[in-house]
Amino acid sequence: MLSGILIFNQKGENLIFRAFRSDCRPRLADIFRIQVISNPQVRSPILTLGSTTFSHVKHENIYLVAVTKSNANAALVFEFLYRLIVLGKSYFGKFDEEAVKNNFVLIYELLDEILDFGYPQNTDPDTLKMYITTEGVKSAITNNPTDSSRITQQATGALSWRRSDIKYRKNEAFVDVIEDVNLLMSATGTVLRADVNGQIVMRAYLTGTPECKFGLNDRLLLDSPDASSANNRKGGTSGANKTTRAAAGSVTLEDCQFHQCVKLGRFDADRIISFVPPDGEFELMRYRATENVNLPFKVHPIVREIGTTKVEYSIAIKANYGSKLFASNVIVRIPTPLNTAKTTERTSQGRAKYEPEHNNIVWKIPRFSGQSEYVLNAEATLTSMTHQKAWSRPPINLSFSILMFTSSGLLVRYLKVFEKNNYSSVKWVRYMTRAGSYEIRYDTYTHPYPQI
Amino acid sequence: MSSGGDAKLFARLPFLTPCLLRPDILYTCFLMFIAFGPYASPSSLRFARTSQGKVAELRQELNSGGKKDKNYSAKKIALKKIVANMTMSNNDMVALFPDVIDCMNLPSLEIKKMCFLFLVNYSRMKPEVAMKALSILVDDMADDNPLVRALALRTISYVHVREFVEATFQPLKRLMQDSDPYVRKTAAFCVAKLYEHDKKTVENSDLIDRLNKMLKDENPTVVSSVLASLVDIWGRSESISLTIDYVSASKLVSILPDCSEWGQSYILEALMSYVPQDNAEALLLAERIAPRLSHSNSAVVLTACRVILYLMNYIAEEKHITSLCRKLSPPLVTLLSKPPEVQYLALRNAILILQKRPEVLRNDIRVFFCNYNDPIYVKVTKLELMFMLTTKDNISVVLAELREYATEIDVHFVRKAVRAIGKLAIKIESAAKQCIDTLLELVDAKIPYIVQEATVVIRNIFRKYPNQYESIISHVISNIDDLDEPEAKAAIIWIIGQYADRIENSDGLLQDYLATFHDETIEVQLALLTATVKFFIQRPTKGQQLVPQVLKWCTEETDDPDLRDRGYMYWRLLSTDPATAKQVVMGQKPPITAESEKLDPRTLEELCLNVGTLATVYLKPIHQVFRAARPRRLQPSPALQRPRIEDGTGTMLEYNPPSASMPAASTSNSGLATITTTGNPISPVNAAPPTFPVPVGSVAPGTNTSAEALSAADSYFNNIGSQQMASMDIGGRDDGVGGGGALQTQYVVTQNQQQAYQPQFAGGAATGELLLL
Repeated sequence: MLSGILIFNQKGENLIFRAFRSDCRPRLADIFRIQVISNPQVRSPILTLGSTTFSHVKHENIYLVAVTKSNANAALVFEFLYRLIVLGKSYFGKFDEEAVKNNFVLIYELLDEILDFGYPQNTDPDTLKMYITTEGVKSAITNNPTDSSRITQQATGALSWRRSDIKYRKNEAFVDVIEDVNLLMSATGTVLRADVNGQIVMRAYLTGTPECKFGLNDRLLLDSPDASSANNRKGGTSGANKTTRAAAGSVTLEDCQFHQCVKLGRFDADRIISFVPPDGEFELMRYRATENVNLPFKVHPIVREIGTTKVEYSIAIKANYGSKLFASNVIVRIPTPLNTAKTTERTSQGRAKYEPEHNNIVWKIPRFSGQSEYVLNAEATLTSMTHQKAWSRPPINLSFSILMFTSSGLLVRYLKVFEKNNYSSVKWVRYMTRAGSYEIRYDTYTHPYPQI
Repeated sequence: MSSGGDAKLFARLPFLTPCLLRPDILYTCFLMFIAFGPYASPSSLRFARTSQGKVAELRQELNSGGKKDKNYSAKKIALKKIVANMTMSNNDMVALFPDVIDCMNLPSLEIKKMCFLFLVNYSRMKPEVAMKALSILVDDMADDNPLVRALALRTISYVHVREFVEATFQPLKRLMQDSDPYVRKTAAFCVAKLYEHDKKTVENSDLIDRLNKMLKDENPTVVSSVLASLVDIWGRSESISLTIDYVSASKLVSILPDCSEWGQSYILEALMSYVPQDNAEALLLAERIAPRLSHSNSAVVLTACRVILYLMNYIAEEKHITSLCRKLSPPLVTLLSKPPEVQYLALRNAILILQKRPEVLRNDIRVFFCNYNDPIYVKVTKLELMFMLTTKDNISVVLAELREYATEIDVHFVRKAVRAIGKLAIKIESAAKQCIDTLLELVDAKIPYIVQEATVVIRNIFRKYPNQYESIISHVISNIDDLDEPEAKAAIIWIIGQYADRIENSDGLLQDYLATFHDETIEVQLALLTATVKFFIQRPTKGQQLVPQVLKWCTEETDDPDLRDRGYMYWRLLSTDPATAKQVVMGQKPPITAESEKLDPRTLEELCLNVGTLATVYLKPIHQVFRAARPRRLQPSPALQRPRIEDGTGTMLEYNPPSASMPAASTSNSGLATITTTGNPISPVNAAPPTFPVPVGSVAPGTNTSAEALSAADSYFNNIGSQQMASMDIGGRDDGVGGGGALQTQYVVTQNQQQAYQPQFAGGAATGELLLL
């Protein structure tokens, strides 16, 4: 498993060096600096030299590096590095060079706790915060053996993510359904790819050890209450069948992934999502939907290259959702050729501006009501270039967020909380759809001769 | 020692030239910030110090405060500065070793942790000073506080100094039976650590036996830690084998939900050492592991994929395989919404899995289309997958997509896209025309690297489909002036030579290249030689001036043996029998395929047993990348389904019937899994395990759906889990209680019937004993 964890800043200074095995020598820090940080040719997050492998991720302005010998479990290595970032953010707010420099001791302490002999141990922030704290004062508590036992039980128990003594006067749970809708549209207007990556984030402020049950308008759950056989679960449903079901108000989830707290065996057997939530905010599940994706915006781009001196744009966008809803912060990025000298823009709504550093015209529409349609007309004047290189025509890119709308059609049907005190609790649900990678390609219509 | 002025000067130089600078100089400025930043006094900021001065100052600070300092806050601050300086200051801090050890026994856990960290870092440099800390650590391992016991144990086992290692053995045995699970889990890893320090002594002690016994622990986290430790030891030994029988494997699967995500990965990894003895066993276990595919941790998902793929080798029925394959696709695709590094890993593994089980991912090609902003390593891997998943039904969509990629900026990626189009023409015959049209369109854009890449693939298309697409030759030749890369030049020269009789000015084109013959690379020279000979055979009149000249260059004026050999070969061929020469040179060529990158069956099998590991990124035989890695092979068993392997490598893995001579020594171990050490390093895992009973008490006769069997098995093993744990005391009792219902009549679960099973071997076998030697 891991032989060591190293953290570097962008200049290549080694900020943290923690070896977990004797084969992780200090000179490895120099090797990583020379071979990866100062080598612009490096394109892969994994580099193997001899028997040593460096796996790294970049976050803010630091490199987090795992050193392994032999053929380690790479998925585990990267998951761990990302977990380290989550922990860092949870402890320091932001996990960057400054946070590392201000918290050397704490980071070493954490590393000692979350890795033993290079094997990841409990990495749950809530549990760790019980005995590893930013202010040293609290660690006095852990000098008491009975308190310590409580911590060790927690760190090794089956409910390692939740303390048992949580109390709230008002029991509340907030559920956020957040969907990232991805679109890739070809220049001819056909949808090459449309799918939804959803996540359900929960903030639970609940007393004691509550058992939660969570229900969605998932097709498999709604239509086959007795579907217990593993075999007929996935296969055999025809396309026509699926559409009628979607029309009836259920969605098909391609796949789901759940937080550690969800009982996967139960979900597999009868599609019931049941769990004991961690305290506070956590990501309950992620899902993916590819059928009947509701695309919130339709884009019609017309781009004309006039000779080698000018590009004309006419971009129309129509909102495809109900007229009572609205999208906020709609930003349309329209690529311009690299040799653009100046641009002019006219819009029927919002503001457009040329950003030379990104080779973009950026069109911002703060509020976009459902069913409305807006147009941008723009012109980019090009400087002449000595050698003509084809313009790669990057796709037009949208970002937006729409409240109370899900592209997949997913709805939360219920959230039930069972606790031995039998208290009543208040639950809130919110839906939001954002642009994931929302890309529209276009063809340029070429007019070989400039107009005279 | 440098002055402060120097340090500042150097620090302004661009970084990344550390070799030029002495690290201690380099870091001086930086240290100022860390060490003095928060507590800066004006004078210390103005003058950078020599490292000795810094050490002296820190020492003074560490010893200041005296009795007034009730909470040791001065010491804490000093220690914090020392820790901060540890990584950066090129080992200057080692001078403070004795002072730090003096602080070790202060009644503050915070201070203790910092001192221990210091100790772990510097003990190897100054073992004689480190010795002073030994007694403190040994005392702490008997502390009342479990956190302190665990911390001391964890720390002492990191110290690679003989005395420390020796002093760990006795306390470790005690702590492996500690009342606190946190301590036990730490003790489990400690055995693997000691094994790293001193293999021999660990093998000669009873530590591994004791570790084995800990598999019966009631705490799932401890069990998963024990497994991680055992697998780690297995990986670094030649003489230890690790085998898990069905009862144990089932038990492990039933505790999966109670483990942390990392613990789940360790358990799944260990399950690779379980060898199914019949099809139903393998299927049942695979079905029970399948829910892990929905875990949010990609390590759990990919390791679960690995185990399921592995178990499929032991499942006979096609419909079960298909149903399991269907379960693997969605999780692999879902990993594409993870960070790019994980996406990359998922994609590389998809390439691997697809070769083994083509039915996985069959209908998902669109999810592998590249996003404009994907990192290059993700894009290139997606491209490979797209190529693999393209069929004659989706070729149009794929071609349109590849054409789009060919206009992007990254040259490497564009070339790969162009090459993929050419390879598709070769892979899918009915689409060849379509591919060629796309290529020609791209060539017309006249972007040099696209033209070169296209020329190479068009040459391959000509080879694959002779006498079909030669009409485009003139189109290709028209771009001849854009080619400057050896591979592209060699390709166009091949085309000229092959079709010398159809290209009108072939002699002129050839002569243009021959004019610079001596400046070309060997690759181009070889192509020129062959092309000239072909030219002569097809157009003897024009060729007879060229051939002698080229043959002379190749035989007399070159240092390259290949070129010379080929030159002589043609010379003799042409001078002996022109008719035969024509037959040989212009004869039919062996067909080419686009699938040349397919892994050979042996490598494929090996990599499939390592899904999710680093080797799958490289997709090469594991020992080529990681020489020290212990090889994994599919273990023989009556249930193993052998694919028909044409090259005969399969024969060496035939199943050997269980030998009747089960070592009696193993009776004393009743663990779930046993590692047995042996002095004989030559025969690691070649003895076949005997067939083991599968006791399932609670399955009613006639249960015949797999789902029922599944839940029955789950509840049964949950049951025996708790009973067994309750009835087991770790220290004493000489067993028979272990492996679950030993010595009774036992049943084998199959889909629809029960069979009575009599344990063949009393003792070892009956207790679910495993392999040995």
